[in-house]
Amino acid sequence: MRHIISVLMENEPGALSRVVGLFSQRNFNIESLTVAPTEDETLSRLTVTTVGDDRVVEQITKQLNKLIDVVKVVDLTEGDHLERELMMIKMKANNGTVRAEIKRTADIFRGTIIDVTPNTFTVQLVGSSSKLDAFIEALGTSNIMEVVRSGVSGIARGEKVLTL
Amino acid sequence: MELLSGAEMVVRALRDEGVKYIYGYPGGALLHIYDAIFTQDEVEHILVRHEQAATHMADAYARATGKAGVALVTSGPGATNAVTGIATAYMDSIPMVVITGQVMSHLIGEDAFQETDMIGVSRPIVKHSFSVQRPEEIPEIIKKAFHIAESGRPGPVVVDIPKDMTTPTERYEYEYPKSVKMRSYNPIMKGHTGQIKKAVDMLLAAKRPVIYAGGGVIMGDASEQLTALARELGYPVTNTLMGLGGYPGTDKQFIGMLGMHGSYEANMAMHHSDLILAVGARFDDRVTNGTDKFCPTAKIVHVDIDPASISKTIKADVPIVGPAQAVLKEMLDQLHAAKKAPCADSLKAWWEQIEEWRGRHGGRFKTDDSELMKPQQVIEMLSKVTNGDAYVCSDVGQHQMFAAQYYKFNKPNRWINSGGLGTMGFGLPAAMGVKLNFPEEEVVCVTGEGSIQMNIQELSTISQYDIPVKVICLNNQSLGMVRQWQDMNYESRHSQSYMKSLPDFMKLVESYGHVGIKVERYEDLEGAMREAFALKDRMVFMDIAVDPFEHVYPMQVPRGSMRDMWLSKTERT
Repeated sequence: MRHIISVLMENEPGALSRVVGLFSQRNFNIESLTVAPTEDETLSRLTVTTVGDDRVVEQITKQLNKLIDVVKVVDLTEGDHLERELMMIKMKANNGTVRAEIKRTADIFRGTIIDVTPNTFTVQLVGSSSKLDAFIEALGTSNIMEVVRSGVSGIARGEKVLTL
Repeated sequence: MELLSGAEMVVRALRDEGVKYIYGYPGGALLHIYDAIFTQDEVEHILVRHEQAATHMADAYARATGKAGVALVTSGPGATNAVTGIATAYMDSIPMVVITGQVMSHLIGEDAFQETDMIGVSRPIVKHSFSVQRPEEIPEIIKKAFHIAESGRPGPVVVDIPKDMTTPTERYEYEYPKSVKMRSYNPIMKGHTGQIKKAVDMLLAAKRPVIYAGGGVIMGDASEQLTALARELGYPVTNTLMGLGGYPGTDKQFIGMLGMHGSYEANMAMHHSDLILAVGARFDDRVTNGTDKFCPTAKIVHVDIDPASISKTIKADVPIVGPAQAVLKEMLDQLHAAKKAPCADSLKAWWEQIEEWRGRHGGRFKTDDSELMKPQQVIEMLSKVTNGDAYVCSDVGQHQMFAAQYYKFNKPNRWINSGGLGTMGFGLPAAMGVKLNFPEEEVVCVTGEGSIQMNIQELSTISQYDIPVKVICLNNQSLGMVRQWQDMNYESRHSQSYMKSLPDFMKLVESYGHVGIKVERYEDLEGAMREAFALKDRMVFMDIAVDPFEHVYPMQVPRGSMRDMWLSKTERT
């Protein structure tokens, strides 16, 4: 099963490499990973999506917790949560039909065209990973020139927070 | 406040931490620190002949005392030579602080002379690591390094210090912190009372219980509590390779080591048990054998300080996270408060069964008519001559298993071996590390002619610092454990497991100023060994010729259950 694991950690040099190293060292899988400082600049928030059975995910959270730089770990998929990923997708758009088609599909998915040239469109789309997958599928791969995705960020619904 | 250079702060911080010896090897990146060492005499530096030995010396000191040992190695090759020693300590959860030199900050990343990314290289084998960015941080970083290394589940910590952090002319205010707090690191100090209650109830209700205790009992200083609990309940105790000495080896409730080369009765008792109380042990693959067939009727109570060790390979029914000593003490208290005793009839029947197993495979090895000594006889003799009271530092291979099986450890911290990583070359420097710190105690290195050659250069360090360890070399002229596997699984094709061109160990050790004693017949063994131990002030190397065809038994059948064992070359359960 797919899990979204959120990690609050010290914003220290080397902390990220310890997390990434742990995954490869212990043969855990990483589907996506994002990291950035929080409002408290001494802390970073890292979100990793991974696939594994309960035993593996239990090990992942326990091993992450063991890292000295890690302050807190939570498996967001255990409760109600929101996930978002940002995608920028550059497509060949060199005739009216294709341009119209891309525009219409982007509207349906509530995407925004953020760059336009005579031959290309770049669409920005925010949503769950599966929504982004569905958008790519709806467009068909033939016109896609480049896809860049941010990786998943997640947050718990309601009053639950991951903080010090 | 006193002003010190970074280099002086390193040495002063070690002194303030109570460090007596550091083990190391100088080099360019460390020259400022070595100069600071030269100008004081409170922290004594031991110059090894290879950095690996420095780490093993520090590691063995930690195994014998529970306190972190300290190694000091230079950047680049010095640091990479220490890697095996760091990994050895990591696998066995041994507290150690390894200070590594680093090239000047402005050269980092430029492939400078003797530059290695030691933080990166050591990352998977350390509990934590620090890279000094500002000289003022040195006291706090060193305090944190010791705190992290020694608390919780212990482990090695690397402190990487670029040379310009130690410049003698740049001085800073020095104060060694009394304690440190880290918001992201708070080791658990006690177990969950409710879980302990559950465990006590299960212990009292058990009909076929086994206490399975590992290295956590030794490093957690919980041997006394374990012994008290086991005696109170009257339950059988088995120790892992790392846990030997955690329960008295000559006690009648002790059923031997368990696992791949565990005793018949320990493995049988585990397999047939209905309750396993695991304390400070991690259900390692060399213990469990095939995990799908592991102890089918047993409920498992697992006490460990590291939550990640619980249910990692074998699911625990009652997990208890906490230090072994505190948890066992609370178990004892709750047991007393419960005012209940286990069912006497069930326990009697269980012990009868165990005694039957013990009787069936009690002898364990056979002597034959050949003139060749059995390695097991040598260990039994060592146990006799030293009254089971020596610090036994082992290398890795058959001799290690024989020592684990036949030396009767009655005290914790006396069996010092590389259990997790299985590092050949560990034994001699380990013995040196222990002897230096316990000059009045007998310290033995049990080794083979293969392992000893992996750090034999330390014979020179022994001369320099006069460290009179005793080396018991079981010389079977082959890499015995490799050969045993080749006998059992590769139709005796002894690929690369025979060592031609062995040195004349007598001449070799004599050239360093030590004493060599060669023994070829069993009749001479006791006399020779007593003679060796009578030479209190000399390093003695006993080169003992043993049967090269001997195998270690029992040996579990790969991927089988705990009870699937070879008991001899021809007999299987």
